[in-house]
Amino acid sequence: MKIIDLDHISANPILPEVKEAMIAAIQMDYANPSSQHTKGEQAAEALEKARESVAKLINCGNPKEMVFTSCGTESINHAIKGVALANAQKGKHIVTSNIEHNAVIRSLRRLKSMGYTITSVSVDEEGRVNPKDIADAITDNTILVSIMHSNNETGTIQPIEEIGKITREKKVIFHVDGVDSVGVVPMDVQKLNVDLLSFASNPFYGPTGVGGLYIRRGTQVWPLLDGGIQENNKRAGTENLIGIVGMGVAADLARLHMAERIAHNTKLKKKLLDELPEYIDEYIINTHPKFSLPNLVSLSVRYIEGESVVLMLDDDGIAVSTRSACATGSLRASHVLLSIGRDHADAQGTLVISFGVDNTEEDITAFLTALKNVVTTLRNISPLYKKVMNNQKK
Amino acid sequence: MYNKTVMDHFRNPRNVGIIEDADGVGEVGNPLCGDMMTIYLDIEDEKIKEIKFQTFGCGSAIAVSSMLTELAKGKSIAEAKKITNKDVADALEGLPKNKLHCSNLGADALQVAIKNYEDKKAGKPPAELKRKDEHEHSHGEKCYCPYCEIEIMANTSVCEACHSNLKEPH
Repeated sequence: MKIIDLDHISANPILPEVKEAMIAAIQMDYANPSSQHTKGEQAAEALEKARESVAKLINCGNPKEMVFTSCGTESINHAIKGVALANAQKGKHIVTSNIEHNAVIRSLRRLKSMGYTITSVSVDEEGRVNPKDIADAITDNTILVSIMHSNNETGTIQPIEEIGKITREKKVIFHVDGVDSVGVVPMDVQKLNVDLLSFASNPFYGPTGVGGLYIRRGTQVWPLLDGGIQENNKRAGTENLIGIVGMGVAADLARLHMAERIAHNTKLKKKLLDELPEYIDEYIINTHPKFSLPNLVSLSVRYIEGESVVLMLDDDGIAVSTRSACATGSLRASHVLLSIGRDHADAQGTLVISFGVDNTEEDITAFLTALKNVVTTLRNISPLYKKVMNNQKK
Repeated sequence: MYNKTVMDHFRNPRNVGIIEDADGVGEVGNPLCGDMMTIYLDIEDEKIKEIKFQTFGCGSAIAVSSMLTELAKGKSIAEAKKITNKDVADALEGLPKNKLHCSNLGADALQVAIKNYEDKKAGKPPAELKRKDEHEHSHGEKCYCPYCEIEIMANTSVCEACHSNLKEPH
């Protein structure tokens, strides 16, 4: 059975060109980039070439500001904890939003247990932070503002440029979690005024297990890993050269093909949103109509539970994800969906449908057809749907 | 995540539906907790002649409902009263730790439906169909952190092992 992958937010395939480059690197550039012999120099050259490619993707003029990490989560931890520890003498207050990824939330929770104070600003009903709220939250004690560029559950994009202007004026370090945005939509660290930008390779079809952290020159950040002098003394440990080479090629391809990928994803998103009412009723779209990623739709199907939908669609060969409590192992509804005003029941029925370069319009039609059947089946089992419909008729 | 028996009952749930004019009805949970289950009983000669269910919930909740109805069908009221949460979980050959609460829901719904039947039969005003289930943890079973699966101690809002914030009362 052909699997229709509409869960690209969780994982993407590695593009053939990326795979080829990685295989070539395994054969040619396998040496340790820190070694001084010829093979080591070749490896170091491959590493720096990748660094330049990744730097170009985010319009970072100085590749030395780029640090390779093992994933987006490491980059986020490095940025937040690194800034907090390096700037503790200046202050111990950090501003964030209440819809951040767990990598941010838990890093901050850890810092809180160490005596830092955290202000978490709310988002509006459309899932966006008001830059004024950030400005108001900043105090003389604030050392860091950390806001995600796009939300991994709803795809909604934050007003990062405006927030960047505020942090620049107030001389507060600004970290942006760009894991789901870098390589997917244009990201320009100069224009956005960010001091640190976390990202990962997989969202733009590079290998998993490779991430990057942009650290603007002059930003005080302690390394998370101490040891050798790799990555300009910012992250010790031998680099994952093969993965990084793959990330570099993926970054080049993302830069070259970004416009066509955005157009492709936008077309699929539009088809899904336009045709959805023909297939099911009683749903809520959680994705911002204007400021959102082109490759993601968050859909709350009312009166049924998301995990059941995912399992049934999987039987039909269609992969989607749910940020509802059950599928993530948590019994709680998504903090993001609750923050934008969804009640627990609607949050539990949420699906995240995310597209990629390999998806077609036929995939969307197949998804909608399967969804209709699954929703009908589950609503027949659910005690809620008929009850609500009967009440509405009265 | 789920074993074959759970998936079989999820994919092919037995006894789905409503019994009009049921002799006993039990409703537990609520959508705000993520799970809601209604059990309908048709009783003849103190035996469960027919049992149906409706469930709003995850794969585990649907499988639990289905298995529960299979366990209860044909049993006498006295026998059905003895069906425990553990019986349901065991019959499903186990559930993930953080889904064990779903088995509580199933057995509880059955017991509420039986109580509803008995009250009606005794001429008493039927007890509330709905058990107030706010994830009270009055069942005496252990609770586990949904993130790291380490046992959660009572009256804590944070998992001591992984520092996860636990919003449900424990």
